Amino acid sequence: MLDNLSLFVQYPPLAADVILNGLLIGSIFALAAYGMALVWGVLNIVNVVQGELVVLGGYVTFLAVQAGLPPLLGLPLSAAVMFCLGWLIYRAVIFRVVDKDIFISILATFGLSILFQQLANAVFGSDVRTVDAGLGSLHLLDGTVTLSHVKLLAFALALGAGGALWLFLRHARLGQAIRATAQNPRAARILGIDTNRVYAMTYALNGALCGAAGSLAVMAWTIHPYVGLPYTVRSFMVVVVAGVGNVAGVVGAGLGLGALENVAGFVFGVEFQIAFVFALMVVILVWRNAMAARKRGYLE
Amino acid sequence: MNLLSASHLSDWHIMGALALAGLAGPLLLPALATQIAFLWLMVVFALTWDMLGGRMGYNSFGNIVFFGIGCYAAAVVQRDGGLPYFEGLASGLVVGAVAAVLAALVFGAAMLGIRGHYFAIGTLGLGIAAGEIAAGWDYVGAGSGMALPLYPGELGSREIFFCYSLFALAALCFLVFRWLYGTRFGLALNAIRDDHDKADAMGLRTTPIKIFAWSLSAFFLALSGGLTANMIGFIDPRDVAFAGATFGVWMVLMAILGGKGTLWGPVLGAFVFHIVQELFWTYLLGWQRVALGLLIVVIVVFFPQGIMGWWAARRLRATS
Repeated sequence: MLDNLSLFVQYPPLAADVILNGLLIGSIFALAAYGMALVWGVLNIVNVVQGELVVLGGYVTFLAVQAGLPPLLGLPLSAAVMFCLGWLIYRAVIFRVVDKDIFISILATFGLSILFQQLANAVFGSDVRTVDAGLGSLHLLDGTVTLSHVKLLAFALALGAGGALWLFLRHARLGQAIRATAQNPRAARILGIDTNRVYAMTYALNGALCGAAGSLAVMAWTIHPYVGLPYTVRSFMVVVVAGVGNVAGVVGAGLGLGALENVAGFVFGVEFQIAFVFALMVVILVWRNAMAARKRGYLE
Repeated sequence: MNLLSASHLSDWHIMGALALAGLAGPLLLPALATQIAFLWLMVVFALTWDMLGGRMGYNSFGNIVFFGIGCYAAAVVQRDGGLPYFEGLASGLVVGAVAAVLAALVFGAAMLGIRGHYFAIGTLGLGIAAGEIAAGWDYVGAGSGMALPLYPGELGSREIFFCYSLFALAALCFLVFRWLYGTRFGLALNAIRDDHDKADAMGLRTTPIKIFAWSLSAFFLALSGGLTANMIGFIDPRDVAFAGATFGVWMVLMAILGGKGTLWGPVLGAFVFHIVQELFWTYLLGWQRVALGLLIVVIVVFFPQGIMGWWAARRLRATS
């Protein structure tokens, strides 16, 4: 562990490689986190099934490539399929828990998460899957820093999607309805907004974002059925750090998390990377709580 | 009034019947001893989860941590202690219980200030992080888990022994909790659940109460962990000790299915769930986990008040 750390400090190009790759992977986290922030802000639900939507999006691209389609076509396809699945999930389950106690919705989406995870395991098997996008890589600093073009594409897409989302929420009719519903669903209903439709579209949009993230994940990295929950926790962490209504913050926190995670995986060893993700979340929550307690100025 | 005294009477009847069943069950049906042992384990799971989730309003997904600590503490003590089997088991259980209570004190001091869904997701992270750390740590066998020493008795006596041990543990847990819920402590738990800020304002020392409740849950979970590890004879970091996706979720589900925050709810939920789950394993082999996920969604969405809640509502309608 200390050897890795000293290697890291003594050899800056290697550090640059690890950090840059992490940053680019982080753009996938940011994409999934946009969706979680949307659902959290509008439906007031912590969507534990988020990571499974990412994984299923990855499998859509995987199947598309197996069927002979070019990998890049898998990206819009995943987004479209997951948009429909998101809409279906809303119609089947989510609308029943929207106005219930928040623990009910956590548990219901956790149940969905187990359902999809096991379904993916039963249908696709537990093998680790990846897709070669065939785009090659960018080499910097005499080849010590290798960035695959897919990761750069993910980065561009995350930034683009963030901007598009911001514009959509600000200027599009549906985007304005989504924001109105998030602020006050009752008033929105009185003003003639079909909040149920807004909820359904929000959840479906979340599905599309997750689908795109999953498609990029399978091209730039790997997926397997059990990798969903880490994506959920990453999105959760990013949203907690950035705040629910903060698109720019989500990008920053997502990229930061990606870099941090990659460095931790390098220093502690890859076998502890998932442990790091989950432990980091616990630390962030404890820290956030301590800050809030200080702000409240409780005298205990 | 009449209803109240009637239900009080049946309380003792049910406990007597369960005690009889628990004592006679493994003797009458020795082939099912392992299944019955798991049933008592499920009762401990549901009861200990309900103390926080049902009574105190702190929905934890991470209680499995204490079960896992119990498993690993027993395994390490029995491996390195060099004691004969039963002495090793006993000291393993004690070490596990102490370790789990210490862990509950530390985690409780850090995390029990977190409220609502942040606590739920935070504890979920705690459980999975523990499993991942155990799966990477060579001292406890890393990903390949740990084997426990062989039970010295004759064939078939192991199941009976652990069946009775887990029954005794479940009964002890139930009686202690039943007594506690009748005291000021039980009322304090409910006050924290119903309105945390008011409980603070009334002068309740909420933080020590919360930490004590979690430590007590951790104590029973660690004992059940040590016993279960020995019964199975092998612990896997992710699938047995820190099995967040199975045991960890089942705890929550059983308490909700039975009716959280009620005395008999968790016990009833454990019985119903264990039977349903065994049926799934028998008839839906290969798809049982998919069915389980579906079951969680159905129970939570359509049946959030649980069997006891449904029963109480029915009674209320009948009397009014």
